[in-house]
Amino acid sequence: MYPSRFRYEAPSSVAEAIALLEEGKGEAKILAGGQSLVPMLKLRFASPELLVDINNIAALDYHHFSSDGALHIGALCRHEHLEKSSDISSRQPTIAAAAPLVADPIVRTRGTFVGSVCHADPQGDWAACMVALDGRIVAQGPSGKREIPVRSFVSGPFQNVLAYNELAVEAVIPAPKGTALGGYMKLERRVGDFATAAVAVAVDVDGGRVTRAGIALTGVGGTTIDAADAAAALVGSSLDAETIARAAELAAGVAQPRSDHRGSASYKRHIINTFTSRLLSGIAESHEKAA
Amino acid sequence: MTSLFEEVHETAVGVPVRRVTITVNGERRTADVEPRLLLAHLLRQGFKLTGTHTGCDTTNCGACTVLVNGRPAKSCTMLAVQADGREVLTVEGLASASELHPIQEGFKEEHGLQCGFCTPGMMLTAKALLEENPNPTEDEVRWALSGNLCRCTGYQNIVKAVLWAAEKMRGSAQ
Repeated sequence: MYPSRFRYEAPSSVAEAIALLEEGKGEAKILAGGQSLVPMLKLRFASPELLVDINNIAALDYHHFSSDGALHIGALCRHEHLEKSSDISSRQPTIAAAAPLVADPIVRTRGTFVGSVCHADPQGDWAACMVALDGRIVAQGPSGKREIPVRSFVSGPFQNVLAYNELAVEAVIPAPKGTALGGYMKLERRVGDFATAAVAVAVDVDGGRVTRAGIALTGVGGTTIDAADAAAALVGSSLDAETIARAAELAAGVAQPRSDHRGSASYKRHIINTFTSRLLSGIAESHEKAA
Repeated sequence: MTSLFEEVHETAVGVPVRRVTITVNGERRTADVEPRLLLAHLLRQGFKLTGTHTGCDTTNCGACTVLVNGRPAKSCTMLAVQADGREVLTVEGLASASELHPIQEGFKEEHGLQCGFCTPGMMLTAKALLEENPNPTEDEVRWALSGNLCRCTGYQNIVKAVLWAAEKMRGSAQ
């Protein structure tokens, strides 16, 4: 399969990339890891006039924790860099749990975190993590930068609110209020398949109590689902069994699964309940042990 | 089949063609390509390196895996222009003139293939794994190869082949 024809540019700075987007007048597309875009070009679901490849902008290839504890992920940070980072595995458990479950190991060498969030696939893993973690996207355009909370960044399936001349340069995960705990569980038929259902959980704990919580669901609706009520039920609690059961039920309640070849709607709803409960129980257990 | 690589040249009137220089198996190669040409097609039809197989052409199977700057990449999911200035290793670059690569030997010794279609991708993914982790467990091998599909073997002997190669490579490193 061959993509339709396009003009290709590979700028070496963010400013040049933005100038090219401006020139493209809405007919340009950013190419980062390309693990979703190239298949879409080949299937001709996408046929941009101009492809702006940002892989030569070395300044976007990073992830680090800033002094205030926030995690910054540059637009060229590949899934495998997050998967193999000791910083991530010790300080950001939700991201650490999801990274090895994104697509397959070969796709993870090229695909990027920020690109995946921009792609806004309702079955994408990172959007759910971003929602659970209250993440933000930093967009840069001709007149500077702006920060967009992920909940307003994704506007629908495969849609985001970036202006045609804006580049998503970074994702920011705010510092935890206390100790960051969390996880990600995904049911897939085989490695690399889209999620049948998945749950991202991020819980900050201080003094044995939950100070902040986020729960988001993958693959059970037209977009990533923010299980805000389920998360709110956890705040102030000590993650006792009763609270966990209620949160799991609330999470399953907001899922909007559809029956398809991966499973029936009721099965998927059941999975959301089970995964939420397992993730929270695991978090409670590990926190008790650490305390 | 007329190679697409040439066909693109003939029909490229008015379409901007880019010159790329790629180090393929240690040798600098230069080509003029249309930006939409996939790396897999440049390798196979342009450079006649047909050891890189295109299986699914939809980023699922991993048969077309090559190493780009040492990391495995599905060459059907990468534009040839994106390899400009990079190093690409294909299965043709594994063996030396006189000797098989230990991974190739492993696949021979442990019967790690039946039809052989997935084998080049398997071996290159295995090479990247063993460079990073010279002493992998069976689980780690299975995990690393989980993006490469094989429809014949049931994977048992592929995993054995990689473990065989790992042992041989550790031995020769001492």
